[in-house]
Amino acid sequence: MVWTALLLSRVQFAFTVSFHIIFPSFTIGLAAWLTVLEACHLVTRKPVYRRLFEFWLKIFGITFGLGVVSGIVLAFEFGMNWSRLSEVTGPIQGPLLTYESFTAFALEASFFGVLIFGRPRVPPVVYLLSTMMVALGTTFSAFWIMVNNSWMQVPVGYALENGVFVPTDWKAIIFSPVVWVRFPHMLVAAYLTGAFCVAATGAWYRLNGKFAAEGRLMLQMGLFLAALLIPIQLFLGHLNGDYVHDRQPAKFAAIEGRWHDEQPAGEVFIAIPDEAAEKNQFELKVPYLGSLIASMRLDSKEIGLTSFAKQDRPPVIIPFFAFRLMVGCGLLMMAVAWLGSLYLMTGRKKGETLLLWATFLSFPLPFIATLTGWFTAEVGRQPWSVYRVLRTADAVTPTLTVGAVIASLIIFVVVYLIIFSFGTLYVYRLLKAGPIEASHPLPDNPKRPLAVAGGSPVAEIAQRSRT
Amino acid sequence: MILFWAALLAVTILLYVLLDGFDLGVGILFALASDSNRRKMLAAISPVWDGNETWLVVTGTVLFGAFPAVYAALLSAFYLPLVVMLCALILRGVAFEFRHKALPGFRWIWDLGFTGGSLVATFIQGMTVGALVEGLPMKDGHYVGGTFGWFSPFAALCGLGLVLGYSLLGASWLVRKCEGPVRERAYQLLPVLTIGVLAFLATAFVLALSMHLSLMNRWLERPYLLIFPLIGAIASISLLKSVQRRDDLAPFRYVALIFTAAFGTLACSFWPYMIPFAVTVEQAASPKESLTFMFWGAGLFVMPLTLAYTLVVYRLFRGRVLDIGYD
Repeated sequence: MVWTALLLSRVQFAFTVSFHIIFPSFTIGLAAWLTVLEACHLVTRKPVYRRLFEFWLKIFGITFGLGVVSGIVLAFEFGMNWSRLSEVTGPIQGPLLTYESFTAFALEASFFGVLIFGRPRVPPVVYLLSTMMVALGTTFSAFWIMVNNSWMQVPVGYALENGVFVPTDWKAIIFSPVVWVRFPHMLVAAYLTGAFCVAATGAWYRLNGKFAAEGRLMLQMGLFLAALLIPIQLFLGHLNGDYVHDRQPAKFAAIEGRWHDEQPAGEVFIAIPDEAAEKNQFELKVPYLGSLIASMRLDSKEIGLTSFAKQDRPPVIIPFFAFRLMVGCGLLMMAVAWLGSLYLMTGRKKGETLLLWATFLSFPLPFIATLTGWFTAEVGRQPWSVYRVLRTADAVTPTLTVGAVIASLIIFVVVYLIIFSFGTLYVYRLLKAGPIEASHPLPDNPKRPLAVAGGSPVAEIAQRSRT
Repeated sequence: MILFWAALLAVTILLYVLLDGFDLGVGILFALASDSNRRKMLAAISPVWDGNETWLVVTGTVLFGAFPAVYAALLSAFYLPLVVMLCALILRGVAFEFRHKALPGFRWIWDLGFTGGSLVATFIQGMTVGALVEGLPMKDGHYVGGTFGWFSPFAALCGLGLVLGYSLLGASWLVRKCEGPVRERAYQLLPVLTIGVLAFLATAFVLALSMHLSLMNRWLERPYLLIFPLIGAIASISLLKSVQRRDDLAPFRYVALIFTAAFGTLACSFWPYMIPFAVTVEQAASPKESLTFMFWGAGLFVMPLTLAYTLVVYRLFRGRVLDIGYD
């Protein structure tokens, strides 16, 4: 393997975008959950909702901040590392990202300030509205990103003029059927991530015998929501598979580990794909099932990788294994969510501890599933940047030197490691401290003079309660 | 349509410079403050910095959407400085959340990240503008200067100039928002910084004229453009007077006016070029299908809405940061 500026740029983009997606996939769900908590508190007036809200808001603050700062990098990397791509697809990708920054970033960033510092300054309804605006902003952001990425996966609504992608049909781009299976898939993934993190925190408190009321509520809300969403997510995943099958056959063949055309096609459960030999070493394969999954028939012909020229094939190992990891995580999450919900509903005690442990330990699953899902989609799209139109090799900045990308990659890795380690540490401390009563009651009345005086009441209180 | 987007881009850049400018400036001045004052300085910008920084992303994406050729050329030309600037912004951004969550023994890390990040990000922003004024090595709309082709003493001078400039903005914000020693210190710094910024602007202007004959001709042919430097001069005098009067609200407005005048001078000097003397606004613009699509949604509707709620949020957090005395 030769370390070219192209390969290094791909590694850097993969690193920065993977790092980034961890945070939005958590905060999109968390923002929605905060909105629900705040609404519940406004309606029921039960303090437990308020305690949970303040608790998760602190965690939201840290993770949202990490998401924002790591997201800004991406908005620049297109031009820095992929200047050819941004030059020729700018007329399409640029406006989509412009819409993202206007409708999403500006919205969430402005109201995030209100969320963290504005409680004493606004009436409760306005505060709830601000929470909703932040949640809406994070959702819009996901939407525009999915429109943008879906266009790169299946480019539509454009004409090539002098090598430049000129948009001819914005409706086709935004309402592309691919967007409308991928955006829900991502959104539900984010909600599942939020749900599992909340449920795992609840399980952890139950295991430690702390915060009984909050722990139970978190466990209930998290697991029930997850139990509801998991089957929907599996169905959406299936629809995603359909679009890949129809529009990106080479990616589909890589995911399936299918080297040659087959009729009827078998389904490879697990194997070690060998790209040099163009076959699988050790494979566990079920006949007919491949045709059934891909085309809902028992006798369909399914295309293998060798039907594509070598330079048009994606790498196989990453999509093949990433896909299986994603599905595996999904199935595990389903088991935990369904069993856990069953236990909660029946109030059964036997084996409860085991289940609490399982729930607690399952919090990394949605993150792994989201990441591996993206690996499958993005690596499977290779060697294309815009599928079947613009090669990744032609998208990179032509003047970029190996030295420059090595330098930038090292800088990014070091900085990201620092902020990730400290961010995780601070989130862990907050989780460990738990939803404690604030030592200084939070003012509900916006007109209280002391409250108005506070520049950062939440921050101050967070600090006090720790010391 | 091209004109509309050029104008809107100018507005977003100016908004970014004015808004993130003051919180970056507070970040730079943070280095000079004692720990108890630092808390108040942070409180003066905490609720709004995130929204302010968003204007940088908005500027970047508008450039991407409306002028992709310039987006591609500039971002790849300034590759390494931008990497450093982004990491500087990351370190200062997380400091807002991390600082008060750190154990007291570790707080210095985030203080360093906050003030160092602010300083480095500001310096690089100024340097890129300086490099643009001096002229990047370009060929057929593409940058050909290599990894360090943007560097020059003039660019570094502009980096220092912007550090002074943002500090001035930051100080004028602090006299608005803070009381006691922070306000006093900011008042002491204001005249010094004002003189420094004016000296820098004058030097940079003369140097730029001597570098580009065409620029000189433009100013000689259209003397009415001198209105911009004139506005800047008047604003500076008013600024110094308002500092003498201890009129807390006025300095920020006058500094903003100085920045606007300097920005206007710059824009008028190079119009219609986006990358001076290499790529014009027309050459860089997206096809009209892209520009109209952006116009009917983002331009006409979302931008005014964004400005409206930005104003609402600023009104919400108006008034002073008082010392609540938690120590």
